[in-house]
Amino acid sequence: MTLETFIQQLMNGISLGSLYALIAIGYTMVYGILRLINFAHSDIFMVGAYFAFFLVAVFRLPWGASAILAVVLTALVGMIVDRAAYRPVRNAPRISALITAVGVSFFLENLGLVTVGARPKAFQRPDVMARVIPIGPAAVSGVSIWVPILSLALLALLLFIVYRTKVGMAMRSVSTDIETTRLMGVDVDRVISYTFAIGSALAAAGGIMWAYKYPQINPLMGIYPGWKAFTAAVVGGIGNITGAMLGGFLIGLVEIMTVAVLPSLSGYRDGIIFTLLLIFLLLRPTGILGEPLKEKV
Amino acid sequence: MERRRLHLILTLALIAVIFLALWWADTHLGEFPLRVARTGAIYVVAAVAYNLVNGITGQFSLGPNGFMALGGYTTALLILPLQQKQFVWFLEPLMWPFNSFSLPAYMFGLAVVLGGVVGALGALLVGIPSFRLRGDYLAIATFGFGEIIFVLANNLIPLTNGPLGMKGIPEYANVYWCFGAAVVATLVVSNIANSSYGRAMKAIRDDEIAAEAMGVNVFRTKMLSFVTSGFFGGVAGGLLVSLITTVSPTLFTFGMTFNLLIIIVLGGLGSITGSVFTGFGFALMSEVLRVVEAPINIGALHIPGVPGMRMVVFSVLLILLMIFYRRGLFGQFELSWDWVLSVLRVSRGVQEWKRERKTESS
Repeated sequence: MTLETFIQQLMNGISLGSLYALIAIGYTMVYGILRLINFAHSDIFMVGAYFAFFLVAVFRLPWGASAILAVVLTALVGMIVDRAAYRPVRNAPRISALITAVGVSFFLENLGLVTVGARPKAFQRPDVMARVIPIGPAAVSGVSIWVPILSLALLALLLFIVYRTKVGMAMRSVSTDIETTRLMGVDVDRVISYTFAIGSALAAAGGIMWAYKYPQINPLMGIYPGWKAFTAAVVGGIGNITGAMLGGFLIGLVEIMTVAVLPSLSGYRDGIIFTLLLIFLLLRPTGILGEPLKEKV
Repeated sequence: MERRRLHLILTLALIAVIFLALWWADTHLGEFPLRVARTGAIYVVAAVAYNLVNGITGQFSLGPNGFMALGGYTTALLILPLQQKQFVWFLEPLMWPFNSFSLPAYMFGLAVVLGGVVGALGALLVGIPSFRLRGDYLAIATFGFGEIIFVLANNLIPLTNGPLGMKGIPEYANVYWCFGAAVVATLVVSNIANSSYGRAMKAIRDDEIAAEAMGVNVFRTKMLSFVTSGFFGGVAGGLLVSLITTVSPTLFTFGMTFNLLIIIVLGGLGSITGSVFTGFGFALMSEVLRVVEAPINIGALHIPGVPGMRMVVFSVLLILLMIFYRRGLFGQFELSWDWVLSVLRVSRGVQEWKRERKTESS
């Protein structure tokens, strides 16, 4: 491999990894607070991309405004999903909550198939993203530069919210001990609602940038990015935001480098990621930064 | 001992009745109702097996599509005629040993059982992490397993013919094979569930740590549950590919697991009776709900057909079930001969009592 292609692939891996990191944070936040795998998160990602698509294609909004509006709308969708489907089963056994999450995921996917059709739609991307920028010997597309920058900005914003604001403090408190937090007079349901809103907003941002990177969207587009992001969350240590970021970049780099170094294995890339997940689950189920699980008797 | 013998006789009698009914159905019913019935029976095989893991052992697995795919491909490779094999693998030749033989119709049972064995081996592989993983992590691991199978099916072209899959698989899966498998699966799984192993599984479901403290071998018990489930999943997959005569990776995507999940939740997690009833119910509903996908004309109002609407209905159904009717239709209730006999006896007693009161008052 020449230096040139290596830099190109490295940038690709970093931009893909930053998208995985954005989605992974949504998984990890919900898991940290509710101990629930939000299977629908990957479909929220798809919903975000579709909102942006329709705001541009139907309402003729400029791409910046449509992206921001789409993020806000998707955050609302996330809150609605929590209110309508997850809150009623909050005190139910874990398996019921998981089945509900699978149901919501399948509902969003099939609703998408029914309403917008299975045919992929071409996503209009702004010129900034499509332009090719030379970096040293390599030529890198605008997406590969802007996506990591925007993602890192969003991640910084998230870390600020979680560690420097009152809502963030409430979130950390709920994830440590939900019952005690409730006793302290915190409206736990509202905090959970905000968590879903923030997680969904990040997923939407990820979905829109994904569509800038691969400008074709379809109702099932969220499944694979979603599961790889979930893998990233597990590898990083689920429930841990920094871990999710680390895991996201790791998975993105592994995926791109697998294809770059061994092109003959490119058909197996999803399988390789899932195998990595299984190995991690076996050797270190709590991930790189996760604390060991305690058995509660 | 007397009671057990009575139950055995009743069971055998019921099986005889079922097969007489099948013989009648086979000779009198049309192709379409029989097809729905066979699909239902295959769903029963898969759902009963899935319920053993999810409902009775309480381990949330999302991998039955993987087991079914293993069984389906194995059976398809074994029974696909040699000529058809040459025709299907036109880009890359089929690998040895499958390119040198093909099982005849009377060996279909063997092919299906081997499919089950491969499914069980797959379950053994997934079962090993299940020793260390609990709850959600198991769900991810099993889902990942299903996806790995999907990726392999798409890429191992000398074995699976990739995304194109195989066409022209002989349709050996008649009503007798399908219902026979359903009866065997139901009997085996309900016998396991009622044995000491089954009680250990239920103990693990209710509290794994307590079960372990009481001396239950958690690893072995979970493994038994997984392997049995994998076996019948493989059998169901084998029957399914022979029923629809084609196999491709898309047949065994997560949607298959979703269907089975609906069946076992609607019937009641942990109720084998429930899985049997809703397995057939689901096959029927899938056909009935085609109405929602067909164009509807009400007077001047024209509603265009929306393909895929069924899955929306099913997913809403699943969410509503979880919110409002978590126990499903049967809860953890099981139909048993004791229950049937007691109901019959009670109703007879009530009738006699009513008759006596009538004669007294008149």
